[in-house]
Amino acid sequence: MSNVLQLLLAGLATGAIYALVAAGFALLWQTSRAINFAQGEFVMLPAFFVLAGTEWLGLPFWVAALLGLLLALLLLGLLFKRVIIDPLLPQGVLPVVIATIAVGILLKESVKEFYSAEAQPFPALTPGGNIDVLGAVLSLQDVAVLAVAGLAILAMQLFLGRTRLGRMMQATAQNPEVAEILGIPTRRMVLYTFLLNAALVTLASILISPVYLAKFDNGETLGLVAFIAAIVGGFNQVRGAIAGGFLVGVVDNFGAAYVSSDYRTGILLLLLIAVILLRPEGLWGRAEERTV
Amino acid sequence: MTGRRLAAVAAGLLVAALLLLLPLTLRPYGLYLMSLWAVLTIAAMGLNLTLGYAGQVSLAQGAFVGIGAYAAALLTTAGWPLGAGLLLGVGLGLLVGWLLGYPALRVQHHYLAFVTLGANTLVFLVLRNEDWLTGGVYGIAAIPRPTVLGYPTDHPLAFYYFCLGVLLLVGLGLGLLLRSPWGRAFEALRENPVRAESLGIDTRRYTLLAFAIGSAVGSLAGAIYAPLVQYIDPSPFALGLSLALLLMVVVGGAGRFFGPGLGAAIAVLLPEWLRFSEGLYLILYAVLVILVLVFLPSGLVGLADRLSARARGEGR
Repeated sequence: MSNVLQLLLAGLATGAIYALVAAGFALLWQTSRAINFAQGEFVMLPAFFVLAGTEWLGLPFWVAALLGLLLALLLLGLLFKRVIIDPLLPQGVLPVVIATIAVGILLKESVKEFYSAEAQPFPALTPGGNIDVLGAVLSLQDVAVLAVAGLAILAMQLFLGRTRLGRMMQATAQNPEVAEILGIPTRRMVLYTFLLNAALVTLASILISPVYLAKFDNGETLGLVAFIAAIVGGFNQVRGAIAGGFLVGVVDNFGAAYVSSDYRTGILLLLLIAVILLRPEGLWGRAEERTV
Repeated sequence: MTGRRLAAVAAGLLVAALLLLLPLTLRPYGLYLMSLWAVLTIAAMGLNLTLGYAGQVSLAQGAFVGIGAYAAALLTTAGWPLGAGLLLGVGLGLLVGWLLGYPALRVQHHYLAFVTLGANTLVFLVLRNEDWLTGGVYGIAAIPRPTVLGYPTDHPLAFYYFCLGVLLLVGLGLGLLLRSPWGRAFEALRENPVRAESLGIDTRRYTLLAFAIGSAVGSLAGAIYAPLVQYIDPSPFALGLSLALLLMVVVGGAGRFFGPGLGAAIAVLLPEWLRFSEGLYLILYAVLVILVLVFLPSGLVGLADRLSARARGEGR
């Protein structure tokens, strides 16, 4: 029993990180119909900004983290939207898919070429050690991840649901034409979602890198898992994507423990294929008319 | 019009002479690169059918190359002729490709891209984990080269001509297919599926066919790749190859018949020119893809068309 609880809590901790990334995916999709195949690399990159800050410039961790966030907002938010998405989106979904795949390769290979091909240790938020939760042994790191990611998700939900700016962003996401008529500056709102996504991936990067180490090819699995989370939960609802993130984190952990660790990604893929075939709008999503 | 046809014939003759005569002057490594180009072109042509002509994204082409390569490697190391491996590989490619088409009936574009990406990962996991069949991470060594019509192809030059011959046959076959009613149906599927359906085209059947045939051509390329490198393990067939093939098709020009050949040539030659820095070529290649997408949606072959049109003072 305590074993099950342990797997569940650890799964929720990783799931919280997936939820952040999946929520960013869903936000971009809703407001701009842009699908970001480089999302995994977006999570991989900020950790290296931070490392460059602490290793090359000798900055303290928190200053480097802030610098990483700034760079991410600039490159992964503003520049990504202006240079890749804006020119390509009018051409349809497929060119955007291919261009973001290219962006992913670009980021991955640039890190490998200009920083390092080796996995880099990354400073943890908390000291090592474990705590006891109802007989389950949980690392302090997992607790911290769960707390920080949980707070961030809560803050984001409050921001999107309760503040004026957040509601304007939601309105833009749900119906750009009507939002425009209501006087919402939709273009600026779209830009804000790209910035929000950049902030989400930076947070995810700082949370996940101490666990998995910072490595140039981390993005491959991360992007796939986050996308599975978004689809399984429901692509057109931020809430669905978040729920999907937690679900995928837990399923992944139990699958690796009880079914097969060799095929742990395979189990998630079967979940993905099942959801796509049986309930394409996702477990918590709302049905959308099919576009032709 | 005649000037244009003349230019096309001249370009064709030049390429043919290059492909036939240049290898005579090359050392084994150059021959290996040209053979690799032929193999990659075949695989990219298969993807071009699925993506460029029928408009269905597939990020699993690398896995199909893997399926073909393992089919050929397993059968030829067990003493069967390469022809048997080719048949098995192509058969498996058709079957798995057909199955992969089913999600395409339900979802499009990005969903499909991720489903096929997932399929690629699944195939890779099977190749890596099922040691009893595939040798796991140790792979399969000492894959023999085939004897074609009584001629052994152990020499790199002979094997290159074998690859070139297969490429020609595949090109001929795909060319005929694209001119047939099936080819027209594929293009209709890409341009406007609803209209295609209303004109009586069975879009369901043609979507599955586009996946099956494109994937089978990928497996065919794999079945030649195995005797080319003579040692295979799962690592080349991970996601990277699928992405690289996709980029080749896009850079060359998706839906252009000669696009894959050009894209594959750049993909093979670029790393050689950039020898001074490994890895930099992928960065440049990615930048090239983005530039092509933003400025030249019809790819480099499309650019050549446009330039030749401008040279004759015609607008497009």
